[in-house]
Amino acid sequence: MSKQDLAGSVMVVGGGIAGMQSALDLAESGYYVYLVEKSTAIGGVMSKLDKTFPTNDCTM
Amino acid sequence: MLTGTELEALEGDPGNFSARVRTQPRFVDLDKCTSCGECEKVCPVVLPDEFDEGLGTRKAAYKKYAQAIPGVFAIQKTDRAPCRLSCPAGLNVQGYVQMVKEGKYERALEIIMDDLPLPGVLGRICPHECEDACRRCDVDEPVSICRLKRLAADQFDPRQVKIDCMEERPEKVAIVGSGPAGLSAAYHLARQGIKSTIYEALPKAGGMLRVGIPNHRLPEAILDQEIEVITNLGVEIKTSTPLGPDLTVDDLLKDYKAVYLAVGAHKGYDLAVEGDDADGVRQGVDFLREVNLTGKTQVGKKVLIIGGGNVAIDVSRAAVRLGAQSVQIVYRRTRTEMPAWEEEIEAAEAEDVQIEYLAAPQEILVEGGKVKGMRCIRMELGEPDSSGRRRPVPVPGSEFDLEADQVVAAIGQQPDFSAFEGDKEVEYTRRGTLEADGVTYATPREGVFAGGDAHTGPWNAIGAVAAGREAAVSISRFIDGKDMADGRVPITKDDPIYRPVPTDMPKAARASMPELEPASRRATFDEVELGFEPEAGQAEADRCLNCSYCSDCMECVTVCAPGAIDHSMVEVEREIRVGAVVLSAGIEPFDPSGMEDTYHHRSNPNVMTSLEFERILSASGPTEGHLSRPSDHQVPKKIAWLQCVGSRDTNRCGNGYCSSVCCMYAVKDAMMAKEHADGELDCAIFNMDMRTFGKEYEKYLTRGEDQSGVRFVKARVHTIDEVRDTGDLRLRYFTEDGKVVDEQFDMVVLSVGLRVSDEAVALAERLGVELNENRFVKHDSLTPLSTSRPGVFACGAFNGPKDIPDSVAESSAAACIAGAGLAPARSTLTRTLELPAEIDVADDEPRVGVFVCNCGLNIGGIADVPAIVDYAKELDGVVYAEENMFSCSQDTQEKITQTIKEQKLNRVVVAACTPRTHEPLFQFTLQNAGLNPHLFEMANIRNQCTWVHSENKDLATSKSKDLVRMGVARARELESIQPISVNVDKAALVIGGGVAGMFAALGLADQGFPTTLVEKSSQLGGRALDVKRTHDGRDVQSFLTSLIERVGGHKNLTVMTDAEVLGASGYVGNFETEVKNGKGPQTISHGAVVVATGGAPTDTEEYLYGQHPAVTRWHDLEQDPQKLAKADTVTFIQCVGSRNDPRPYCSRICCSTTVAMAIDIKQNKPDTNVFVLYRDIRTFGEREALYKQARELGVIFIRYALDRKPEVVAAGDGLIVKVFDPILGAPVEIETDLLNLATAIEPNRAEDIASFYKLPLTEDRFFMEAHAKLRPVDFASDGLFMAGLAHYPKAMDESIAQAMAAASRAVTVLSKDQIQISPYVSEVDPDKCIGCGLCEEVCAFGAIHLEEVDGIKRAKNIQASCKGCGLCAASCPQEAIDMLHFRFHQIEAAVRAVV
Repeated sequence: MSKQDLAGSVMVVGGGIAGMQSALDLAESGYYVYLVEKSTAIGGVMSKLDKTFPTNDCTM
Repeated sequence: MLTGTELEALEGDPGNFSARVRTQPRFVDLDKCTSCGECEKVCPVVLPDEFDEGLGTRKAAYKKYAQAIPGVFAIQKTDRAPCRLSCPAGLNVQGYVQMVKEGKYERALEIIMDDLPLPGVLGRICPHECEDACRRCDVDEPVSICRLKRLAADQFDPRQVKIDCMEERPEKVAIVGSGPAGLSAAYHLARQGIKSTIYEALPKAGGMLRVGIPNHRLPEAILDQEIEVITNLGVEIKTSTPLGPDLTVDDLLKDYKAVYLAVGAHKGYDLAVEGDDADGVRQGVDFLREVNLTGKTQVGKKVLIIGGGNVAIDVSRAAVRLGAQSVQIVYRRTRTEMPAWEEEIEAAEAEDVQIEYLAAPQEILVEGGKVKGMRCIRMELGEPDSSGRRRPVPVPGSEFDLEADQVVAAIGQQPDFSAFEGDKEVEYTRRGTLEADGVTYATPREGVFAGGDAHTGPWNAIGAVAAGREAAVSISRFIDGKDMADGRVPITKDDPIYRPVPTDMPKAARASMPELEPASRRATFDEVELGFEPEAGQAEADRCLNCSYCSDCMECVTVCAPGAIDHSMVEVEREIRVGAVVLSAGIEPFDPSGMEDTYHHRSNPNVMTSLEFERILSASGPTEGHLSRPSDHQVPKKIAWLQCVGSRDTNRCGNGYCSSVCCMYAVKDAMMAKEHADGELDCAIFNMDMRTFGKEYEKYLTRGEDQSGVRFVKARVHTIDEVRDTGDLRLRYFTEDGKVVDEQFDMVVLSVGLRVSDEAVALAERLGVELNENRFVKHDSLTPLSTSRPGVFACGAFNGPKDIPDSVAESSAAACIAGAGLAPARSTLTRTLELPAEIDVADDEPRVGVFVCNCGLNIGGIADVPAIVDYAKELDGVVYAEENMFSCSQDTQEKITQTIKEQKLNRVVVAACTPRTHEPLFQFTLQNAGLNPHLFEMANIRNQCTWVHSENKDLATSKSKDLVRMGVARARELESIQPISVNVDKAALVIGGGVAGMFAALGLADQGFPTTLVEKSSQLGGRALDVKRTHDGRDVQSFLTSLIERVGGHKNLTVMTDAEVLGASGYVGNFETEVKNGKGPQTISHGAVVVATGGAPTDTEEYLYGQHPAVTRWHDLEQDPQKLAKADTVTFIQCVGSRNDPRPYCSRICCSTTVAMAIDIKQNKPDTNVFVLYRDIRTFGEREALYKQARELGVIFIRYALDRKPEVVAAGDGLIVKVFDPILGAPVEIETDLLNLATAIEPNRAEDIASFYKLPLTEDRFFMEAHAKLRPVDFASDGLFMAGLAHYPKAMDESIAQAMAAASRAVTVLSKDQIQISPYVSEVDPDKCIGCGLCEEVCAFGAIHLEEVDGIKRAKNIQASCKGCGLCAASCPQEAIDMLHFRFHQIEAAVRAVV
């Protein structure tokens, strides 16, 4: 596939911690990223957590 | 970022896909919303907050959580509610019900009267089909919608409601008939600026409302009052003015632009039985008309009424009031089929009206020309007729007579068109109604429209009102010469989406209407229904389920100062071209409601899921972090955690896998609960195995047990009983030795597992991505990120249950593999920002501009913003100050840019909210005005003043002034700072040639970066050389061979074997590493490093290892297949050297490896006895299937405790293993031929590498990542990454993912020509420095070190490595180090301004 036929963009579906990390890495690597999230805000399940193990850091 | 969006379809090929996405309307403009939250405050719709797992509430206008990104509000809205859809007038029922709930009666009337006039009338007599459609019926009874409309009109005079009318137009319209259709048409025309004249034949206006409904149901005064609403708009009503030969439609068309015919249906049908012309036989409609117009009419002593509709009931109740001795209704079907409303029938019965069901008149019995009775025949119900009701069929020979002196026929009405007899051009239908179009209500004659009962035949008032409104629309368009039909066909949805009826919605009785006592109803037409009291009505309105979520009340629109709310937004679909897709759809917590009989989660509020408990612990949660149990808000004294709810259970929940995270979060929650508890709290975790297999997790478990005193009970609880009336829960469980224990707890937390949501499953189906039997994305352990569809990759928990660090690593890996296929197109679609040239202000006097934000009412509603602005103007250096409604709104940003230019500002202070969220935005504004972004300062007067001092406005204002003063003082001292960037050497170095190192190297090389792979041994492959198969049975050696071939043949890869790293220097983007191999030492320049130095199983002195030939470790057992085949008994011992001093960590993969080997042995030779002696079996994730399979194959698992470890003694060629079996409660001896030990895995020694690059190690000598959760493959210093066993023991699929993650992270560095570094770095004054080296000691990033200059040591900072933490500056005894942007004099200026 020639350079013209390749799209320099990636779609990441799901805006939880996994999707955010993929999106950030791809964007930082020079790809245009579409981060698609079903709800009104990113953050996913992790944003509901109070603290995270094993450091007991605040999730936010 | 596309929120509210779903990927619908994906077409095309890898590298060039077309993705179709569908975005749901947010109803809030992302660019305009300032997140002030005013919409949320006024929104009447209260919903369970999913973010708090339904434990708290939110509004339909909401922000998902306080820190949500985007921080913009959203309005949740689905299809129109069934009440609204079922209303012939399409009235926004939910909207006005919500307003009644809030006590906003005027607003409720405004909503109602936007669609129709006559709210008080319809609030009494509307047939309220909406209530039949009400979904509250699924819970208990419908909301009393109709009566709530009346309550609004009772509480606020509709005549006082402001009705917006357009400018009056010259065209006039004539309306014939002043019933509901005519009045409604006049009302809506008046709002369009078109005045009308209503011609009414009767002496009073109102049509059927006036003459068809008695006063006890609709008082005359109410009707008068609401007709006044219409006449107040300039509508003229000419009563006693019938049409006829002297006033024809032709005549009207001469004076009026259009004519609307709405004459109603006022003519009753005759009984058509013998004697129906006798004296004493009357029509019901005539009877009611006379009563309503004159207050009296001829009434018999014994009255019989024929019919089953509301007219029959109205006549009966009127007859009672007019003095009839007995009133009886004769109806041919049963009560079930009766068209009259149930409440009317009940009221009639309460007033002693008798109803004879299943009877039909046959003959009026007449004597002397007068009625003396009626002969009836008994009916029975036959087959259903066209109306769906069962047809009444006479029973032969069942005639009977009823005595009566008056018979009233109420069997239906028809329009009376005698007034149009002279009008040839009026056309009629075959049913005897006016001919008119069903949508536009235009008759065949131009300019003439028709509606109401005269068009439809007898229907109801709301239908007529709706018809009047539609006619008004048509007439208005007719006058304008527009297409009358355009866009008016109603859109119906077959499968509307509504808010689901909550399964746990408590029942609440429908409010009962206060009524006049039946005894006082005789001889008076006073209204029977007295209307709701406001409190009762509001409580009734609160029963509404808000089926559409948003009620369209538009309150939010009225309060939104930036005008961000737009209820007209619609769903948008679009195609996006992308080269690859990464699926990270995640998981949801397992829902235990399907196991209600076991867990009582729905019925007992003190049984919570772990995520619910997590919200209880959260300071931002529903209890603000206060630990209390939901049933009585008491502080619990005993809490039980039940592990594996929805996991490791194929029987009941169908999820055979281990969810991997529950053991750790249970330990966390138990420890946190103990911290939150005021007093003593007993926390017990009931488990089968504690699976704390991750890095630093075992220590966490130990901490929970030893320091926090969490109890760990090895038992699966089989019964939970609710202890009556206490909210407590009794748990019954078997201990390991078979004893039954009953124990009572205050709360139970269900450690629910992870599950792929139905939505994610649907997504996979749409994209053609295969899932496995557990609904996770199907993948192979050697290609862990690839899905069944090329170009589509998966990561995170959607790809198998896993915790956050593993998800993050896998996600970076997915980015790596997605990027690898697109490398030639890198940077073709990314955008660069163009900014104006920067103005040099270094030599100018400070000219400070201060912008004080009101933040809607957030600041302005509390603090005196104008006073703060005036105060700011007086401050030294300030040349300009102003207030903004929202400083962050787009228009204000543009204004600030202009002001900076006009006022020649060179420092800017914004007094608003937090710099954490808004500083970058304002800095960008400065850049747009040509100023350096660092000449900016924020004063957080919202969070720190008006929010925390909302009760004390003066204090909030004075503190705001203090913060502004500090901000201005500091701003005066600010200086321009130029960005720091370093060039990047676009090459990489990978240290370690195992699977992790090779994958990292390939990940980099595939993306086009020259990479050197350094391996200290002579061969690539590392630990994988020992492994035959992966846990899912893949052949490792053939995979390894092809992997090594690929590495060797890659054009971007240089492999150095027998190579040793001798030293390294440099920083991100610019490293130099000295490597020696057979050709001698050489220096390699590179921009990033991946450390993958590996690990290995340890030796042990325990269990006769190294002393007896039958004792092996790990894969050594498989080296001699013949020996293995001969063995009758094989025993495994787990945790040899792990989970104990000196290696307190779990080696993570031993359980799965042992179990896989045990399965092999059993499968090869089923009669072999296989024993596994273990502490906890940790076959995490989907590896749990191996454990299940091993047990099914007959592998015997015996748990041993650390204080009772197995003993091994030699017995000839074999061994005897002694172990205490806790289930038997006795020691057992196993005569075994072979003993295999799962010894601990240790990292390879890499202290030298660590010291060359200044890399930190953990206590266990693994490399330490920058953040355990969020940066699992990064070192704290930039440009350095790790992967594989050097990080922690892990399986091959995990090593592969982590290696690709490290490559991905390294690519984020190497893909840039230059790296921008935060310019807030340290600056050393060499004249002051004495070279003491304290700074070098405290710097965690290796960003400052001593250098010898002219024979003396001086500190030198490395800007590229500096994180700006300021530790060096703070520890310098000479004050020789200053931090840019936080210079001593800058901080001092701010401090001096306030003290």
